[in-house]
Amino acid sequence: MDNYQPVIGLEIHIELKTSSKMFCQCSASYFGKPANTQVCPVCLGMPGALPVANKKAIEWTILIGKALNCQINSFSKFDRKHYFYPDLPKGYQISQYDEPIASHGWVEIAYKDQAKNALTKKIFRIRRVHLEEDTGKLIHSKNGTLIDFNRSGVPLVEIVTEPDFDNSDDVKRFLEELQVIIRYLGVSDADMEKGTMRMEPNISLRYQISKIKNQKLPNYKVEVKNINSFRFVKQAIDYEIKRQIEILKEGKTPLQETRGFDEKKGITYSQRIKEKASDYRYFPEPDIPPLVFTKKYLDSIKVPELPWQKVERYVSLLGIRYEEAFILTRDKNLADYFEKINTKFKTQIANLNLKIQNPSQLIANYIVNKKISSQLPPDEFINKLIENLRPKEVDKNLLEEVINKVLKENQKAVLDYKKGKVNAIMFLVGQVMREMKGKVEAKIVKEEIEKKINKK
Amino acid sequence: MLLGKSVTEILALIKNKKISSKEVIDYFLKRIEKYNKKLNAYLTVNKSYKADKSKKIKVPIAVKDNFCTKGIRTTASSKVLANFIPPYESTVTKRLIDTSFFILGKTNMDAWAHGSSTETSDFGPTKNPWDLSRCPGGSSGGSAAAVSSYLAPAAIGSETAGSIRQPGSWSGVIGLKPTYGRVSRYGLIAMASSLDCPGPLTLTTEDAAFILKIIAGKDEFDATTAPNEVPDYVASLKKKKKFIIGITDEYLNGVDCEIKNAFYQLVEILEKLGHKIKKIKLLSPKYSISVYTIIQRAEVSSNLARYDGIRYGNDRTFFGSEAKRRIMLGTYVLSYGYYDAYYKKAQKVRTLIIEDFKKVFKEVDMILAPTTPIPALKLGEFEKYPFFGEMMDVLNEPAAIAGICAISFPFGLTKKENLPIGLQLMGRWFEEENILNLTHQIEKETDFLGVIKKGVKNYPD
Repeated sequence: MDNYQPVIGLEIHIELKTSSKMFCQCSASYFGKPANTQVCPVCLGMPGALPVANKKAIEWTILIGKALNCQINSFSKFDRKHYFYPDLPKGYQISQYDEPIASHGWVEIAYKDQAKNALTKKIFRIRRVHLEEDTGKLIHSKNGTLIDFNRSGVPLVEIVTEPDFDNSDDVKRFLEELQVIIRYLGVSDADMEKGTMRMEPNISLRYQISKIKNQKLPNYKVEVKNINSFRFVKQAIDYEIKRQIEILKEGKTPLQETRGFDEKKGITYSQRIKEKASDYRYFPEPDIPPLVFTKKYLDSIKVPELPWQKVERYVSLLGIRYEEAFILTRDKNLADYFEKINTKFKTQIANLNLKIQNPSQLIANYIVNKKISSQLPPDEFINKLIENLRPKEVDKNLLEEVINKVLKENQKAVLDYKKGKVNAIMFLVGQVMREMKGKVEAKIVKEEIEKKINKK
Repeated sequence: MLLGKSVTEILALIKNKKISSKEVIDYFLKRIEKYNKKLNAYLTVNKSYKADKSKKIKVPIAVKDNFCTKGIRTTASSKVLANFIPPYESTVTKRLIDTSFFILGKTNMDAWAHGSSTETSDFGPTKNPWDLSRCPGGSSGGSAAAVSSYLAPAAIGSETAGSIRQPGSWSGVIGLKPTYGRVSRYGLIAMASSLDCPGPLTLTTEDAAFILKIIAGKDEFDATTAPNEVPDYVASLKKKKKFIIGITDEYLNGVDCEIKNAFYQLVEILEKLGHKIKKIKLLSPKYSISVYTIIQRAEVSSNLARYDGIRYGNDRTFFGSEAKRRIMLGTYVLSYGYYDAYYKKAQKVRTLIIEDFKKVFKEVDMILAPTTPIPALKLGEFEKYPFFGEMMDVLNEPAAIAGICAISFPFGLTKKENLPIGLQLMGRWFEEENILNLTHQIEKETDFLGVIKKGVKNYPD
């Protein structure tokens, strides 16, 4: 990539699934509801209406902050962020400016580097996690634009990373990990299609003169909006990097702007030029007293076992391979399912006359490779598993018949084997196994074939 | 029979079946019919009273037009909201209706409460009932004039810095500004959110105590309301408490001679009643003006942002020039690079003012001062003063900035022009009980009630 190094930071919005909205008692679940039916004077920004902060949303933001290894600030407050837009009924959004609930965190991502065949770990810093309210939604039609305020005031958590990313693969991995973490916490569905998770990458490039890492941030940045899948984030970033390199090579500086992403064409397009940072005229929200958290309160908010911690436990304590452990932990329900089976199976295994080296790995394999459906209740899964593991009664006559047939049809392989091509036997074993539809162990087949050929 | 009767007296009459709620309401509607054209105290009159089967006792009360009243037009005296009929009830009016009040009508005010004369109303100024060529004060001028001319036995006003006490003083009635957070702001069209405070304007101290008891207290819809228990303000009027009362020269600078004389006269009476008068030092009110101007403009520019023309029918061209001036100044002080120099600094000075009061309140129970430097100005005179007459609130702003409670009451008339003089007591945070108690003592021992009665008699049935 020549001497240009991408500098990428992320802004992620997570809509919380609290039962009520951020500052009023309206239902926060607006998806699919008729327009303007989940509204009240507060979320419509009516004259005289006042916000009262949702305790659960604050608690969940602290939880997210903790899960992202942030420092939770014992003093926090809400601020008004002013701008005019039809979907913003008060003319300001209640957000947080200089005293976010959480800051200075980090997230570690781990992945198998295919080239090195080794586990790679990277840390990305979280700048801040703050709480704000969502806006209404504009619905554009032929006859004009309509506003639906059902979403207005739904709690929204904003997570901002440091510009620590230099490639789109890491961004995608980070976002995937973040999504899993949020889902583990049970505070949001983090569903990109429904818009409960939204992300905006900020992309720019800096010139790398020597091998020493240039730490200076570029004097511009491009923000890309309206991206609703991880794949598209990667596409958008890759496109931006290419586009910006071309501009920089001409000796120009890309414009500081907000760009949209066209998923059909896989390109970004200019939406709004931002000459300088917008002046939002922030000031402390006078309608909501500042938030002061006691240590006791903060300590009472407990983070559950997170996906990466589960992976570590599976690998180190259960002896499962990283790959399966990773897959099993992507969905908390699946991980729970696995653990339930794992515990039950281990108690049952003593009574079975089976030799299994690592039952946890075995179960993991069965689930990951979908050898048995994980839709089954755990007990049924275990029954099927045991059935699969029992040594099979072999129909000796049938086996002999099949072997004879296979050897007859594959004279060349038999000859090869006789000439010393030991591997040829495996082909024959495979053929027999296929005919037997797997109802016999390969070891037995191999022994029988060897006997037959050597006899001849 | 009814002329000049207080809310408490009317309630007793209805309870004793001497008169019905309907007769009382009709009585006031008739008076409004007779005098409102002249005074322009009401913007909207509520003629919808129907005696319900429960025969619940209802006493009429006037409400400033910046309280949202469900189904009754609420304009904040701005054309921007000329056709706004709220779909919800403010906490203050809800509590009044739920007890024993009927909203008689909505009173005129300075548009968005921006002013001290009721002249910035988009629906014409209210006249001072004592002298129709003069201002009633503001911004709760309609409420003050309605009570003063007995077009209502009591009214609700709101104060950001002087908007209850100053018109109370100029119109010759009692005006109570409770501690910030004592009364819910839910449904009160915001002017400066960190200062706004609803309160009653009444004919007697007892009525002020009675109404405060109803409207005060924690509200789940206003996170800034205090959880402090609401005492029985009326019952506690009976004890004749003795107080240490602070007076300070800082509040007498530039005050009209006749008002100063009234002030010293009251000091003498208080001493005779056995209270202790103590000279104190307080920060000059001029600091409060600077702090107030910045904080209030900043919050105004934010609070008016919602009237962007998309809802409520009328767009931003309907804003009057005073609102525009305040939006501009507020936007400026909140702008990037100026925030620290103005808003943040103002908040720091605000803290100093609060500390200053805290210090003083260790020495004294309350502070006595004039409410206004001069009696009611003539209509139109305000334009000659900088900040459109906010200087008339100079003696009210420190208490507003500090969020303490204060009460203004009439204390005689000027000899020259026969205009009411107002004096005020400022008390500690959440000690409305004490300032009401002393006002009640003054009411019983002096003839200031005579001023109120005299005012009412100017408007015979």
